[in-house]
Amino acid sequence: MYKLLSGIAFLSLLITGCSNSYQKETSRLDLIKERGELICGVSGKIPGFSFLGIDGKYRGLDVDICKSFAAGILGDSYKIQYRPLTAAERFTAIKTGEIDILSRNTTFTLSRDSSGGNGLSFAPVVFYDGQGLMVKKESNISSIEDLKNKSICVGSGTTTEQNINDVFESNSLPYTPIKYQDLNQVIAGYLQGRCSAMTSDRSQLAAARSGFKIPENHIILRNVLSKEPLSPASDGADNKLADALRWIIFTLITAEEEGITKENIDERLKLAKNNPQLKSLRRFLGVDGGLGEKIGLRNDFTVNVIKATGNYGEIYKRNLGEDSDVPIPRELNQLFKNGGLHFSPPFN
Amino acid sequence: MKSYKNIFFQIIIILLCILFFGFLINNLIINLIRTDLGFNFSWLLKPSSFALAEHVLPYSPSDSYAWALLIGWLNSLKVIFISLFLSTILGTIIGLSSAGNNILLKITSAFYVTIIRQTPLLLQLMFWYFVGFLGLKNNFIYFSNILKINNQGIEFFGLTLTSEFSALIIGLSVFTSAFIAEVIRGGIISVPKGQWESFRSLGLSERNGLLRVIMPQALPAIIPGLTSQYLNLAKNSTLAIAIGYSDIYAINDTIINQTGRAIECFIILLLTFLILNLLITNLMETINKFINKKKIYLS
Repeated sequence: MYKLLSGIAFLSLLITGCSNSYQKETSRLDLIKERGELICGVSGKIPGFSFLGIDGKYRGLDVDICKSFAAGILGDSYKIQYRPLTAAERFTAIKTGEIDILSRNTTFTLSRDSSGGNGLSFAPVVFYDGQGLMVKKESNISSIEDLKNKSICVGSGTTTEQNINDVFESNSLPYTPIKYQDLNQVIAGYLQGRCSAMTSDRSQLAAARSGFKIPENHIILRNVLSKEPLSPASDGADNKLADALRWIIFTLITAEEEGITKENIDERLKLAKNNPQLKSLRRFLGVDGGLGEKIGLRNDFTVNVIKATGNYGEIYKRNLGEDSDVPIPRELNQLFKNGGLHFSPPFN
Repeated sequence: MKSYKNIFFQIIIILLCILFFGFLINNLIINLIRTDLGFNFSWLLKPSSFALAEHVLPYSPSDSYAWALLIGWLNSLKVIFISLFLSTILGTIIGLSSAGNNILLKITSAFYVTIIRQTPLLLQLMFWYFVGFLGLKNNFIYFSNILKINNQGIEFFGLTLTSEFSALIIGLSVFTSAFIAEVIRGGIISVPKGQWESFRSLGLSERNGLLRVIMPQALPAIIPGLTSQYLNLAKNSTLAIAIGYSDIYAINDTIINQTGRAIECFIILLLTFLILNLLITNLMETINKFINKKKIYLS
C-alpha cells in the first residue's frame, strides 16, 4: 500500500513539474511581438499542405498561411519557428502555450471550438475539404456498400475516425478499423494490403496518391463522407489574437477578390496613395481608416501579408495548382464569385 | 552537540522539500485554472463513437469512454501476459544454451542476444509488422482449416489473430527473451564451478544436476532481474500504437483528441500502469520469498 501511495505522490509531482509557469494574462499577440517570432504548429508530412522540402524548408498551403500570419503580425514572414505535431498532440500544444497558432489541416468543429470542448478559436476556413476513401483499382470496389466487412486503414485521433464510424454505422455496414497514429503508416498499411481501403480528407488522399509508384492504380471513391472545413486555430480564450488571425485570412481572400497580387501590390499601393477617391482600396491597404490598429496590428498589415505570400489564389496555385506536385482542382475553394465558397466580409 | 547539528540539517532539508512540492503544486493549480483544464471526469460516461478492431468483451461505438478504456486495458493485458509467458520460455531456452557446453548452441544464442539487444524495440516492432506480416503473400502458409498465415494475420483452428496482435506478441516476446536469456545465463554463471564438479562426482546426469543442484542456487539471482524485465515488458507494450494495435495507450490517444482532457487521461493511464506493475512486482517478490524460504528443488 505504501508503494502505491508513494507512486501516486511521485506521479502527481511529475505532472506538476510538466506544466510551465507562464501566468501573465496578456494576449499572445503581444507576446509574439515581444518575442519577435511566431511559433506555428504544422503537420510536416502532407505534400501540398506542409512538407519538408529537399532544402530543409517547410512548404505548402498551411505553411504559407503561417507566413502570412508572421507577415501580418511581425512584418516579416521569415520570423517563424515551425513545430511538427501529430494529430493527437496539436490541441494540447495550443492550450499549454507551446505554439502560438496551429496551421495543421484541422477540421473546424463545434466541440473543438467550444470552451467546454477543446477550447480553441478557429480562423476562417482556408481549405474546404471532405472525407473520402481510396481503394485499389483491381479490387473492383466502387462504393461504400462494397466495403462491408472489409478492413479500412484510418488515422487515430482525428475527425476521420469518427466520421467513418458515423457513416458505416448509420448504413448498418460492419467494418474493421485499423488505426495508425501517423498518416504515413496509414498509407503503408494500405499499400501493403492490410486494408481494402484507406480513408482521410480527399486532399490528403490526393497528396498521398501523388507519391505512389503508379498513381493511376488507385481511385478515390465518389462518396464524400463528411464536410471538412480546414482552419487555422488559436487559443479560444485569446480574442485579440483570434481577431488578428481572422482578418489576416480575410486579407488574402479580399486581395484575390480585388485582383491584388504579390506583383502589383506596390503599384496598387501607389495608386491608392495618390487617389483619395479610391476609398475602399485606401482603407484595405491601410492608407487611411486605421483598421489595423483596431485589431492590434499595423495599419498597413495587409500590404505586408500580400507582399509576403500573395493573395489566396496565388497561395493555392503555388501549392496545389495544376503545375504543382499535388494538383487538386479548386472546386469549392474558388472565390464565391467564381462558384466556390471563399468570401470575405468587408474591410470597413 | 553533533546530533543537534544533524537534526537541524534534516529539518532544513525537509522544509526545502515541502517548499519545492508546494511550488510545483501551486504552479499546476494556477496553470490548470488559466487554461480552463480543471479536473473533470464526467466525459467518461459519454458515448465514445469510435470503433475498435479488437475487443475481448462486446463493444460498440455507442458504449461509454470508460468502457472503451476498459476494453483497451483488456487488450493490453492480453498482450502483456501472452508475451510474458512466451518470452520466459524462449528466454530460458536461449539462456540455458548460452550457459551450456555446446559450442554451436552457444554461438547461435550469443548471436541472437547480440542482434536483438542492440536494436531499438520500436524498430523491431515495425519490422515484424510492416516487413514481417504485411509483406506476406495472400497464401503464405495455408493448410486447409488448420493453419493460415497471410497479411491479414494468423488463423489457427478457427482462432483468428490479427496481424497487429501477432506482430506485437512476436516483437515483444523476442525482444524481452534476449534480456531474460542474459538474466538466466548470469544466474547460472553465478553458481560456483565447484557445484558443477560436485554433482558430476556424485554421478548425477547433466540434466538432473542442472535442475536439482544448479538451478535452485541460481534462482535467487535470477528472480530480481526477471522482475525488472517483466516490468519493462508491460511498459513496452504501449508501443502497440506504432503498429495499429488498439491497446490502452492508443485508445487513450484517441480519447484525448476527442475530449481534449489530456491530463485526466494521462492520470488514468499512469495509475493503471502503476497498479499493474506493482501487482507484477508483488507477485515476483512472493515467488522470490517462497524460493528463498523453502529452497525448493525442481525435479
